[in-house]
Amino acid sequence: MRTTREPPGISNIEGRTSGWLGHNIEMDKSQKRHFRIMTILIFTAVILMAALLGSPSPLIAEESSSQTGMPAPNVQGPVSVTAEDNPNDNGHGILIKLVPPTDDESIIAYEIERGLAPGAPDDQWFQVGTVPRGMTEYVYTDEDPSLQGEPNPAYVASGDPIYLRLRARTASGVTSAWTEPVAAIARGNWFHTGKVNILVATLLFGFGVVYFISRARKGKALYVRPIPGLQAVDEAIGRATEMGKPILYVLGTGTASDIATIAGYTILSRVAKRTAEYQTPILVPVNDPVMLAMGQEVVKEAYVQAGRPDVYRPENVSYVSAMQFPYVAAVNGLMLRDRPATCFYMGVFHAESLLLAEAGSVTGAIQISGTDQISQIPFFVAATDYTLIGEELYAASAYLSQEPDQLGPLKAQDYFKVAIVIIIMLGVLSLTLFHWDGILKLVYSPV
Amino acid sequence: MKRQLPIFIVFITGIIMVIQFFVPHAWSEFLFTYANDFVIVIGILALPLGIFSLMRGTVKKAQRDPKERIFALATIAGFLVMVVAGVSRDNFTSPTSLLQYSFNYILIPCQATLFSMLAFYVASAAYRAFRVRTWLATVLLVTAFILMLRIVPLPGPLSEWVAALVRWILEVPNMAAKRAIIIGVGLGGVAYSMKIILGIERGYMGRD
Repeated sequence: MRTTREPPGISNIEGRTSGWLGHNIEMDKSQKRHFRIMTILIFTAVILMAALLGSPSPLIAEESSSQTGMPAPNVQGPVSVTAEDNPNDNGHGILIKLVPPTDDESIIAYEIERGLAPGAPDDQWFQVGTVPRGMTEYVYTDEDPSLQGEPNPAYVASGDPIYLRLRARTASGVTSAWTEPVAAIARGNWFHTGKVNILVATLLFGFGVVYFISRARKGKALYVRPIPGLQAVDEAIGRATEMGKPILYVLGTGTASDIATIAGYTILSRVAKRTAEYQTPILVPVNDPVMLAMGQEVVKEAYVQAGRPDVYRPENVSYVSAMQFPYVAAVNGLMLRDRPATCFYMGVFHAESLLLAEAGSVTGAIQISGTDQISQIPFFVAATDYTLIGEELYAASAYLSQEPDQLGPLKAQDYFKVAIVIIIMLGVLSLTLFHWDGILKLVYSPV
Repeated sequence: MKRQLPIFIVFITGIIMVIQFFVPHAWSEFLFTYANDFVIVIGILALPLGIFSLMRGTVKKAQRDPKERIFALATIAGFLVMVVAGVSRDNFTSPTSLLQYSFNYILIPCQATLFSMLAFYVASAAYRAFRVRTWLATVLLVTAFILMLRIVPLPGPLSEWVAALVRWILEVPNMAAKRAIIIGVGLGGVAYSMKIILGIERGYMGRD
């Protein structure tokens, strides 16, 4: 017997071979043949198993695709993708347009990723949006350069190229391949093209105002329809004078920047001038310090113009509270204690309108109200004697002064109202009879 | 100069804000935000003026009328308590501070009470408004009655008919009236703004 000192090899197989544990095994020819066949079979089996394990089943492939984002051969991504500066914005938006594949029934959405460079590896891309199926446009916008103190990677900087790519995703999570990256640069725009119709209307209205002012200055009489609420102003002031009681003037809970509040000041100026002439006290409680300063100036100037600055008492125009209901409580208390003969409510009003008007009604005062807040107009109509509805509040200064410069805009306003009514009627007819929505598109504005 | 300068400032700022409306650029946005911030700053700077006015008016009332003294005292005491309670910054966040207690257990219940009174005022105003004096008032009364029927559980198809009628009232005649007012307010606002920018309207400065 020979020992196993010789290294095992093919040559050894001829006569003997080394066992697994180093034992020598004597083999005859048939054994050798069986050994060779078995070796080939085992080797083939191992290779086949390795091949099977290396190419996973369709189910495994689907899961893997959804997890890693690997493309599946049966899902098509967008046919084409373009990116450009989003128009009419502040320079932080990119408009993405995509053409979906012809068969997009299985697609649920398109994912948008942004990368640092066109050829950046996958781990340097991050999702910035999702476009639902059916939509072909998407605006990617992010105006915040920082996010909770940290730099915001999704920030769309104005003037820098932004790289984007898209892929389709099915409801089961299968995704298509990524499209080729597209680049776009966001820029701020200096004119909002969607507001051209507003600009044209504003310019036309401006020309109308100037035209009617010039006509009025030339002496052309402009008719203004009677407004009962304004006709009653003198009567209301006279009543308070006769009764020897004060007049209460409430400017509402708006701010000094509201047009209705400014209109309220204009009427206050006229009323204060009359009260100065008649020496009737006027009480103006306000809810805003800025409005206080304005109110004191308006009343003081009115008293100066009336030639009675000595009668003016600054404490009659007083600040009460910036909060809505404390303000109401204070004004109602003032009404019940001082019992004014006349109450004016001119400006912006909210839930306090009825609380004020009803308290005034309880005191027996004659009440004139005016507001542009549509939801409060019914309350004023129900609870006060006269109400200036919406635009009538703005018309008050023109109506009371009857100056040509004031009446011109009022007249232009009336003619424009007629024009709007005609446009509405044309729109209704064209849509109803001809199914043409051209006028609708003309007057539509994205604002 | 004293009269012309404010009008000039209003004209310039008004024109800038009109242009800003048509410009979506970031600079335009900045200008708009800056102008709005300015309004807040002016409001804060004017606050001492308001407090001074409140205190002066309260004291003068108390001096003039003995019956007012108790109310004046309550006003001044309330003001001082809130000022003292709000001196420390922690009081704004601490739920057990005097400031928070005053807000939660005095101010908010008082405001809620006042707001609740609105329901009674609506009833009394409705009583006056719905008196059948003219045929217009009758239309108003009938319409209001139908609208109120909507929330009453009516039997059978009656409920559906009322619901359809109410929908029609709200969406057709009511909407038409609302739109008329909205159009008027919009045009009136533009006209009024133009008058202010062009210096035609000066009543808000106390001048004709």
